[in-house]
Amino acid sequence: MFESLSQKLDSAFKSIRGQGRLTEKNMKDGLQEIRMALLEADVNYKVVKKFMAEVLEAAEGQKVLESIHPGQQIVKIVHDELIKLMGEKNEPLRMADKAPTIIMMVGLQGQGKTTTSGKLALKLKKSGRKPLLVGADVYRPAAIQQLEVVAKQAGVESFSLGTNANPVDICLMARGEAQMRGCDVIILDTAGRLHVDDQMMNEVRQIATQVNPTEILFVANAMTGQDAVSSAKQFNDVLPLTGVVLTQMDGDARGGAAISLIEVTGCPVKFVGTGEKLEALDAFHPNRMADQILGMGDVVSLVEKAQEVVDQEEAIKFQKKARKGEMNLEDFLKQMQQVKKMGNMADLMSKIPGMSKMMPADAMDQAEDEIKYVEAMIYSMTPLERKKPRIINGSRRKRIAAGSGTSVQQVNGLIKEFDKMKKMMKKMMRGGKGGKRMRGMAGPPPGLGR
Amino acid sequence: MAGFMGRLKDRLSKTRGNLVGNVKKIVTGRSIDDAMFDDLEETLIASDMGVETTLSIVDELRDRVKSDKLKNAEDLYGALKDALRKRLAEGDHTINWTSNNGPHITLIAGVNGSGKTTTTGKLAAKLAGENRKVLLGAADTFRAAAVEQLMIWSDRAKVDIIKHGEGADPASVAFDATDAALARNVDNLLIDTAGRLHTKVNLMEELKKIQRVVQKRHPGAPHEVLLVLDATTGQNGLVQARQFTEALHVTGIILTKLDGTAKGGMAFAIQQQLGISIKYIGVGEGIDDLQPFDPDEFVDALFEEA
Ligand SMILES: Nc1nc2c(ncn2[C@@H]2O[C@H](COP(=O)(O)OP(=O)(O)OP(=O)(O)O)[C@@H](O)[C@H]2O)c(=O)[nH]1
Ligand SMILES: [Mg+2]
Repeated sequence: MFESLSQKLDSAFKSIRGQGRLTEKNMKDGLQEIRMALLEADVNYKVVKKFMAEVLEAAEGQKVLESIHPGQQIVKIVHDELIKLMGEKNEPLRMADKAPTIIMMVGLQGQGKTTTSGKLALKLKKSGRKPLLVGADVYRPAAIQQLEVVAKQAGVESFSLGTNANPVDICLMARGEAQMRGCDVIILDTAGRLHVDDQMMNEVRQIATQVNPTEILFVANAMTGQDAVSSAKQFNDVLPLTGVVLTQMDGDARGGAAISLIEVTGCPVKFVGTGEKLEALDAFHPNRMADQILGMGDVVSLVEKAQEVVDQEEAIKFQKKARKGEMNLEDFLKQMQQVKKMGNMADLMSKIPGMSKMMPADAMDQAEDEIKYVEAMIYSMTPLERKKPRIINGSRRKRIAAGSGTSVQQVNGLIKEFDKMKKMMKKMMRGGKGGKRMRGMAGPPPGLGR
Repeated sequence: MAGFMGRLKDRLSKTRGNLVGNVKKIVTGRSIDDAMFDDLEETLIASDMGVETTLSIVDELRDRVKSDKLKNAEDLYGALKDALRKRLAEGDHTINWTSNNGPHITLIAGVNGSGKTTTTGKLAAKLAGENRKVLLGAADTFRAAAVEQLMIWSDRAKVDIIKHGEGADPASVAFDATDAALARNVDNLLIDTAGRLHTKVNLMEELKKIQRVVQKRHPGAPHEVLLVLDATTGQNGLVQARQFTEALHVTGIILTKLDGTAKGGMAFAIQQQLGISIKYIGVGEGIDDLQPFDPDEFVDALFEEA
């Protein structure tokens, strides 16, 4: 099967690990492996060339450290160089000093501009802004309807003038519209276009010069290949790009395009798209991305994400109860709903290093299915049964099974599992360490505890 | 036919210009040495052919240099063309759109944004233009306004469409569409499905279910399962093709967006490593911007002097 970039690098270093010393020769082999891995990860070949020269230069100046494996030493060098290339820290969205802030989304066809516009709107809304989504794609069939639906889903305002209007006019009018509706951020969803289509590139240039956006974000798919360099370069030549959004990062593409895009545009990646739900937009953290590329995982971002979704107060209440062993099925249900809000479990799991190896994808999927059953069972219980699972006797179990479309065995399983978990949580919470690190996460989801 | 050739060449001029330009530059006036092979390797990599395919082609060229005693780097040009053509010629690039038993049914699948709906619309127009009775099935019930998008294409192609509301079960749309295709005795049913990443097990299961339901309602169907791939995709295209093939009986690939500068090197990797053939190529957003994939023409167009 196809290995991830991090696995590739792992195996590249394995061959020189344990040799004790970093010689010119064994470093060369390792670097050649990295070069191939980067190419297979879709980093543009010119970018790879430049990057490898930098790595070599950085490595050559260094003394061989006797205390660590040569592989580790190279990992550190490559890691540092990757971070240097991607920028040291996450760059937040620019906000205009005087409202409105105007964010313009541009890119090739089918990259996810409309969905990302909706995600951004939702994020801004959550942070207390009032965004206006503007449909400026008059070409693709039903693109404007799509934006309107997305706006409704995000609970934000939208504006468009139908498919007969000129996109430049639409964008120009958005300003007044925003003012009228009291919106302080305008998000312009422009049509996807080819960088070699002069007429369309001219249109997007006109929009940019006349509207003068605060941010112009180039939206590109994480699966993009070598050509990322040519399209990004052309867009960057025509428009003053300010950032990149990398979509479909929840797939298994190795995402080398990120490195190409940063190198070519000189712009930071500001966000990454990690799913089809509107919540699935994460900040880009160069350090973590480098970690991820090198197989060190992305635990921090997972924990942060969990914290964002989980109601803090609820979580604290739950922790107290869990520590005392007083958790009931009502709490259990709430926790599960929190977990579900975090999005596809498989996405989350894939961020934990080693997890994807330990748990095959279908096992994670089963876990999601299990949540559905567990939910149905708990919904079929009376409030008293949820609070005091002890009272659930044989006849109650039969009723619950019938009500939830499950079997008595499944109900038995749930109660047994719940008991076990309650004990385990009590132990874990008292233990301190584990509980602290995963604060806000509030315990493992059911089905994963086994 | 001349018109088609011209159009394809025109559409591929960017591709051709780049690859030919590079290859010409690399071989002209050079001696055959490692540095030249390195440059050739880079050019092939740049077309998204992938490391494996590239290395196998370069190895083949090195062998040809020995066996044919090539001295002049320019002679490699023909050898490269041969090597590429041979790799594409392995497959069957045609589709038989006629079923001898009831409607011919095609399932369209692929990752998000690859061009499925547009391709479905183009195919509908093409088949309707051949005086076939065509029906569309709107089985993308997930993405916002996906049904509306396909409805516009059904208008453009002047064909009927079977749809349910947003959020409906896509398998039941597929079932109803198959039902309608049988009842109305149509020639071709094209079912557009929602974009999905091949890594999402539940969504791949949903696709399998769609295929099962169609098969159950009309044994022998779907007659074609076409995977729509964006030509700008890098090495993940191969992973996609592999995963979709594991879930469905993929019968062919449609490579879209070849009107850009992406070079479509995936065509070689997929044919060689998976044995799945490209059937059509997308060369624009218009209803006519769909062309049959012909390996010889493709390679010729790639190599013809500008
Ligand atoms: N330039 C060019 N654009 C294309 C081609 N095929 C499709 N597109 C464009 O790519 C974008 C996405 O196409 P869709 O047909 O909506 O893709 P899809 O696979 O149905 O997308 P989802 O259903 O959202 O997964 C649209 O803007 C199309 O106009 C092509 O061959 N060339
Ligand atoms: Mg579609």
